[in-house]
Amino acid sequence: MTMLEIKNLTANAGDKEILKGISLTVNPGEVHAIMGPNGSGKSTLAQVLAGHPAYTVTGGQVLYEGEDLFELEPEERAQKGIFLAFQYPVEVPGVSNAYFLRAAYNEIRKSKGLDEVDPMDFIDLLEEKLKVVEWGPEIMQRSVNHGFSGGEKKRNEILQMAVLEPRLAILDETDSGLDIDALRIVASGVNKLRAADRSFLMVTHYQRLLNYIVPDFVHVLAGGRIVKSGGKELAHELEAKGYEWLEDLAPAGAA
Amino acid sequence: MTAVAERVSAPAWLAALRAQGAERFAATGYPTSKDEDWRFTPVAPIARAQFAPSAPATVTAAALAPFIFGQAEWPRLVFVNGRFDASLSSITALPAGMTVSSLAEALAADPSLDQHLGRHVQVDVTPFVAQNTAEFADGAVVQVAPNADLGLPVHLVYVTAPGTAGASHTRNLIVIGQSARAALIESYVTLGDGDTYLTNVVSEVVVGANAWVEHVRIQRESEQAYHVGLTHVEQARDSHYRNFTFAMGGAISRHDLHVRLNAANVEALMYGLYLGRDEQLVDNHTTIFHDHPDCRSWEVYKGVLDDKSHGVFNGKIFVTPEAQKTDAKQTNRALLLSDTAAIDTKPQLEIFADDVKCTHGATVGNLDTLMEFYFRSRGIPAEAARRHLVYAFCAEVIAEVAIEPVRRELERLVLDRVNE
Repeated sequence: MTMLEIKNLTANAGDKEILKGISLTVNPGEVHAIMGPNGSGKSTLAQVLAGHPAYTVTGGQVLYEGEDLFELEPEERAQKGIFLAFQYPVEVPGVSNAYFLRAAYNEIRKSKGLDEVDPMDFIDLLEEKLKVVEWGPEIMQRSVNHGFSGGEKKRNEILQMAVLEPRLAILDETDSGLDIDALRIVASGVNKLRAADRSFLMVTHYQRLLNYIVPDFVHVLAGGRIVKSGGKELAHELEAKGYEWLEDLAPAGAA
Repeated sequence: MTAVAERVSAPAWLAALRAQGAERFAATGYPTSKDEDWRFTPVAPIARAQFAPSAPATVTAAALAPFIFGQAEWPRLVFVNGRFDASLSSITALPAGMTVSSLAEALAADPSLDQHLGRHVQVDVTPFVAQNTAEFADGAVVQVAPNADLGLPVHLVYVTAPGTAGASHTRNLIVIGQSARAALIESYVTLGDGDTYLTNVVSEVVVGANAWVEHVRIQRESEQAYHVGLTHVEQARDSHYRNFTFAMGGAISRHDLHVRLNAANVEALMYGLYLGRDEQLVDNHTTIFHDHPDCRSWEVYKGVLDDKSHGVFNGKIFVTPEAQKTDAKQTNRALLLSDTAAIDTKPQLEIFADDVKCTHGATVGNLDTLMEFYFRSRGIPAEAARRHLVYAFCAEVIAEVAIEPVRRELERLVLDRVNE
């Protein structure tokens, strides 16, 4: 079955139309990169799929594993396997990373009719998952993202993804603000999680990330529409030529 | 009142002190909303009730058990309806350097108490202090010898028996010697959840030079009761005092914390957490007297207000002209969970020295929608997300309590309330 089918999606932030008709199909196991200049709507697309309250869907349809995505609350989407790695992970002072992750893990289990895991068993599971992002256990006692460096926050998103094992992972500018070491760790974390039944939608401004996580498809977003799609070589073309040449490809009437 | 005065054998100084209190209270009566310090805290229901002193009562150890936490070896003094109850207390194996007794006994045995009792809190500070001074029946006396390192906190438990409809005027005296290290916990609890009564407490705390003191105050009265308390702390040179004030009970509750930094190089840390629901009114007034140079005070108060509850926070900081190099920071944050909850918050800094660092910040807000979305995006339903976030808001300040079992008890109390 198709993992994700986006059909002519339009969405607003307040009164401003940001997405102006996006159509895109993602099959299980595929990695799609969404590229585009600032303000093209690529982060909006990522956040709309996760159910961010700042955006209003005004038209079109999104089917996730055949189900109408917009009938689902954000938590139901997560329980059914959608994961958004935030561009700006939210700091939650007072809630430890371990507590937060266990709460999320157990909610997802509960939604599937499974028993909750107790704290001791969860620690064993965490130990395995921490390896994905090359972290020790100390990080689990810190408050979620609170006082984390930019790189630590992004690593924490990947750790969460590793624990929650989504079917569709949406990575929103996961590479932004990372130095080369952090980028390597984050990218290798993602690569370890690639699987035949798991799909990725990677939103990125730069081609750099795609040297580490090689996509199956690249789509270029401009003015709230996909103006060009292709294979991984499209990313290299974008790097060589920049985004300007694509503006001519935007359909008439696009801002 | 005469019955009470007779129970406590009265040296002349005590009779004079009580007379002073009675005279003052007769002159002022209870405060009204015209008094600036009580503007947002109408105590008319207390005045109308005209509470007589609570009758003596007994409660069973089993009934009290849910309110006892920490380790079995912690010394414990239990007061029922304002009177010491030896059978519920545990004071046989005290750490070296600690002496404890009930005030009623101490006054009979130790005439030197007049060095401290009523010397730090003046009867005219509030009408409730005046009334307390006139009428107190009993309370705790805790003394810690110089250089003693107690290792164990002492737990002072003030319980109101079910069916009580009177007033308990409780008076505590805590004297920590030079270079001693001590911790004390006060718990104000009830076994009659819907009862209407008055608890009126005055505590005088004397912190010796170079001493380290942690002081936790837990107020869990009936939500139909009235609780008024004033804690006055005197700090000597190089001392460190940390206070955590927690309030979740009372139809009307008010706590005044006065800390006088009475010498140079003193440090005072004040943390507070209050939870209001239904029509509860929770008032915290804090006053810090920076009278000397090179002192630090650090204050963080947080409140969670739901339904039609009402919070009041007033934070005064006085810095005298001598108190150069004062470093004072005050923060208070309130989380409003409903449109009908409200907070009146007022920082009041009066600074007469020029080389100081004094800051204050007050924030009032609702739950952060972005944080809520973050939880939901990880599969946690909105309602649970909100509970986690309220708990987290509280946990951040509870984390400042140094004694772990106390921290766990506070976390439990908040968690139980949040999950109700």
